[in-house]
Amino acid sequence: MSKLSIFTKGFFKENAVFVMLLGLCPTLGTTTSAINGLGMGLATTFVLVMSNIVVSLVKSQIPDKVRIPAYIVIIASFVTIVELTMQAYVPALYDVLGLFIPLIVVNCIILGRAEAFASKNNVFDSILDGFGMGLGFSMALMMLGAIREILGSGSIFNISIYQGDGALVFVLAPGAFIVLGYLIALINRITKKV
Amino acid sequence: MGSQKKSSFINMLVVLFLVSGIAATALAYVYQATKGPIETAKKEKEKQAMAAVLPEFDAVKDTFKIALAAEDTITCYSTVKDEKVVGYAIKANTKKGFSGEFWIMVGFTPDGKIYNTSVLEHHETPGLGDKMQKNKSDWSDKYFTGMDVPNIADKDGDGVIIEVTKDQGEVDAITAATISSRAFCDACERAYNAFKQIEK
Repeated sequence: MSKLSIFTKGFFKENAVFVMLLGLCPTLGTTTSAINGLGMGLATTFVLVMSNIVVSLVKSQIPDKVRIPAYIVIIASFVTIVELTMQAYVPALYDVLGLFIPLIVVNCIILGRAEAFASKNNVFDSILDGFGMGLGFSMALMMLGAIREILGSGSIFNISIYQGDGALVFVLAPGAFIVLGYLIALINRITKKV
Repeated sequence: MGSQKKSSFINMLVVLFLVSGIAATALAYVYQATKGPIETAKKEKEKQAMAAVLPEFDAVKDTFKIALAAEDTITCYSTVKDEKVVGYAIKANTKKGFSGEFWIMVGFTPDGKIYNTSVLEHHETPGLGDKMQKNKSDWSDKYFTGMDVPNIADKDGDGVIIEVTKDQGEVDAITAATISSRAFCDACERAYNAFKQIEK
């Protein structure tokens, strides 16, 4: 696999949300607006890159049978670091995402990448994979958030587009499922030429 | 998993011990480093809320806790300007929110009027209940800013005064967020009950 395709496969071919349907809890929970989706995506990207680096560094030292608990401890530590740092230095963002940050620990994208990629590849490839997957995830969350924000609140990135309240259902959880379903259908239409 | 070590009891023990040890050390360090800034950020937020809900003041004179019931206390701050008490900021909570407890700051002038309100922390539904925040809609400005609490008629006679219209009160609930609106009223009322106790 070329270096470029390691990076780009996270965007369409193996996109975590649209193709692999991983990490749907934060996907549905945080994407009430474009900015929330993007913030969550970037926090996840950071954790993903850091945990990929560490996992690929220590991969040959960790015995086979305890690899999953060891990975989880590594991931959980980075998540807590992100949470504390965010709370201390960007409290405004923490107010919005605070509830969802601890959920990054159980986001299967991160453990999935640690297990499927970082534990078998070198550090540089793992960084590329982390960035690719993370940014693909951020892109998916931002698209979902933007569509829900336009339909539900009549604005995008908090800039008002039209007057009135919009369709409330898109701000709530059912709207997330509806938009996600249509987006997956659309992406499949484009990539697989159904 | 060709690249991975074979597991033995000893190496599993050692590796997990090392991984957890290093993680714990790193976390302890980050916790120490961010403890101060987190405290400051929280204090700063409360200070900003106080400045927003009260008339101009020189200093915070007193901080005291008022018990509404056993194990149910509310924090109050009194502010002074030119040695005279000009307002009370009351940090009130309510457990009636749509998604659990939330906290608001209510500012009272000494004559019992609400000067202004501010939401400190909440988990209400984005797009519905969060309209109680000032930056999302003018709902709280419309009904609570300048509310003359002592002169509101006590319609149902049980001493409850701040209510949404569905409960025979004077506040129109936020569309599709009656529960959040009710909780906001509840928090204001709790703040007012605490305020009455200060006066005594």
